[in-house]
Amino acid sequence: MINHLLFPIIIPFFFAITLLFFKEKVKVQRVLTVIGLTLSLIAALFLVAKVKTDGIQALTLGSWPAPFGISMVSDMFSAILVTTTLLITILVVVYSFTAIGEERERFFYYPAILFMVTGVNGAFTTGDIFNMFVFFEVLLIASYLLIVLGGEKRQLRESIKYILVNVISSALFVITVAFLYSVVGTLNMADIAVKIAEIGQPGIISVIAVLLLIVFGVKGSIFPLHFWLPSAYAAPPTPVLALFGALLTKVGVYAIMRTYTLFFVNDISFTHNFLMVLSILTIIVGCIGALAYFDLKQIIIYNIVIAIGVILFGAAQLNEAGVSGAIFYLIHDMLIKGALFLLIGVIIYVTGTSNLRAMGGLLKTHATLGWTYLIAAFGLAGIPPLSGFIGKLLIVKGAFEAGNIVGSMIILASSLVVLLSVIRIFIYAFWGEPVPLPKTERSTYLKMLTPALLLVVLSVLYGIGTEWLIPYVTDATDVLLHPSIYIDAVLKE
Amino acid sequence: MKSNDVILQTATKVVFFIIFIFSIHIFFAGHYAPGGGFVGGLLTTGALVLLLLAFDLETVQKALPFNFTIVTGIGLLLSLGTAAGSIFFNVPFFTHAFDHFDLPLFGDTSLHTAMIFDAGVYLVVVGAALTIIQTIGGDS
Amino acid sequence: MEFIMAIVIGLLFMAAVYLILSRSLLKIILGTGLLSHGAHLLILTMGGLGGSSPPVLAEGVTDLADPLPQALILTAIVISFGVTAFILVLAYRTYAVHNTDNMNLMKGDDEHD
Repeated sequence: MINHLLFPIIIPFFFAITLLFFKEKVKVQRVLTVIGLTLSLIAALFLVAKVKTDGIQALTLGSWPAPFGISMVSDMFSAILVTTTLLITILVVVYSFTAIGEERERFFYYPAILFMVTGVNGAFTTGDIFNMFVFFEVLLIASYLLIVLGGEKRQLRESIKYILVNVISSALFVITVAFLYSVVGTLNMADIAVKIAEIGQPGIISVIAVLLLIVFGVKGSIFPLHFWLPSAYAAPPTPVLALFGALLTKVGVYAIMRTYTLFFVNDISFTHNFLMVLSILTIIVGCIGALAYFDLKQIIIYNIVIAIGVILFGAAQLNEAGVSGAIFYLIHDMLIKGALFLLIGVIIYVTGTSNLRAMGGLLKTHATLGWTYLIAAFGLAGIPPLSGFIGKLLIVKGAFEAGNIVGSMIILASSLVVLLSVIRIFIYAFWGEPVPLPKTERSTYLKMLTPALLLVVLSVLYGIGTEWLIPYVTDATDVLLHPSIYIDAVLKE
Repeated sequence: MKSNDVILQTATKVVFFIIFIFSIHIFFAGHYAPGGGFVGGLLTTGALVLLLLAFDLETVQKALPFNFTIVTGIGLLLSLGTAAGSIFFNVPFFTHAFDHFDLPLFGDTSLHTAMIFDAGVYLVVVGAALTIIQTIGGDS
Repeated sequence: MEFIMAIVIGLLFMAAVYLILSRSLLKIILGTGLLSHGAHLLILTMGGLGGSSPPVLAEGVTDLADPLPQALILTAIVISFGVTAFILVLAYRTYAVHNTDNMNLMKGDDEHD
């Protein structure tokens, strides 16, 4: 089977199409969605094993020779990201059964999720810069549907802004691809890397590097392009928010990491220092936001911004420790953000509000929720042996090796702010005098809590099992640090 | 609102078929000459929009009782199925196959699997465009 | 020819930016439309305007145009067509719910929706 690296893209796509025929049959939709995602997950795990034993898997669509056709490339980095994506999506879908409401389920909620997964996995797997644009559009159009689904007044207002920002950044993506094509005359990412290395890095390539950073920075919400994120993400219901927070911004981060390790490696003193300064500013802005709000959603949303900064700071070091730390932290952040958003969804369901000031004393009535949240919060802040620790440790180590002392200090300080911001939720919501709660179903609460709990358990396992994951992350790091491995694998024929 | 548009309605009854047949021609021309599923689909949509303008939404819905979301779904399945067919022959995704056949009436014809893919694109374009138009047009 | 195209693209971008910076939702959407037109023309120009023949391989054709930019533009046009249709419907719904198409009046915050 030479097509197996496409299965995590094709299977969700196929099931998304199939669901279009079952608009009114919500039960059928639920079952099919879970089946489709499980099959994709199995395919993705198989792919990880295959990449581990046989190295990078590359395929050029339509039997064209490599630089001319559209290449799909699955290295360890993209394979583990694809696996994590599917894992999170399954749990969010199970959570949605109770949390999203039948009205939305009937209106193409599950097909939209599956189309979005298609786009996300495609963007992770593709080896062609224009094809990446296409997969970005696939996931964006699905996300437009998800963000506006339900049509509440606030959702309509925020989704207009979200869509306009993304349409403009997509236009900028096309413009950048046009510039890149005029300079190197190819769209295959491996081939672009070869051509850029041939011509060195003249000014126009640096311009393209910055343009791409703007394009992906809008998706990934780095400073100063994060302005749209907090209000837009707060509008949709929490399952959608969990998907967006865990997956969409990470696609932007992946694209930055891919292009900044493959294309723009000839003038690091400019491009990577620029990236590093921006990432530090991103962390600072995120910290301010995370402390400023008394709204559950906003606090965690600003924590996304902080995490983006931390990951990109690691990637900008461009040394072994920094990049592998960034990969560890990226996977950790996808898992833990998914878990946290699902948990605050449960809190919002139980209390009926997202305002911290209106909560209190939940620990007396919902103890499991409280302790699960506390573990997730510690994991986010990176307390050993939970999942955030190893990533942050390696990033800081990489930064010290590269001599960026100030940046490392800011990363370490930001951990404290992160801890403070999430513990504040714990203190306000779970301690103190109990406030009267609206009437809620105990069974619904348990059904919502279970997937969230599973995701927290997964992230804890990820933290404890770091030792077994190191070989995989080392493989991923090698490909990022040595572009020649990637290039040889794609252009081998 | 009842307006006097006899000329438009009469002309549409003829012109619709001309545009429709031309769109089929464009669709089949797409292999060695400009054309193909996307353009053909847009032309068909154009013809259907003309129908919608001349008559109204209910009449057209009665004449063409399709759920256009389903049409889009069938088109997507057709396209994906054609592309995925290559998986069973263990060649890269999207690889297409073609051969020459001696058909009655047409003589020597080359048939491509790409045509089935294009038929899917055609259905997707028609389905999606009409879904959009019906959504906007139905809300007034 | 490239020179004229560059000016046209510049004008399109200029008009697009002007429209996007306005307050009316409809004008902003028109602006994004112009922006994507400019981007498509830019791909065409950046790929080199090339030969005058269509990019179809046939006997004796030497100065054919580069087919790749055309394929890219077709893809980009389809995408921007779909997105523009979606955003127009959405803008209409937003207008109906909010009773305004003035972006300045659509700020809102968490306390009062």
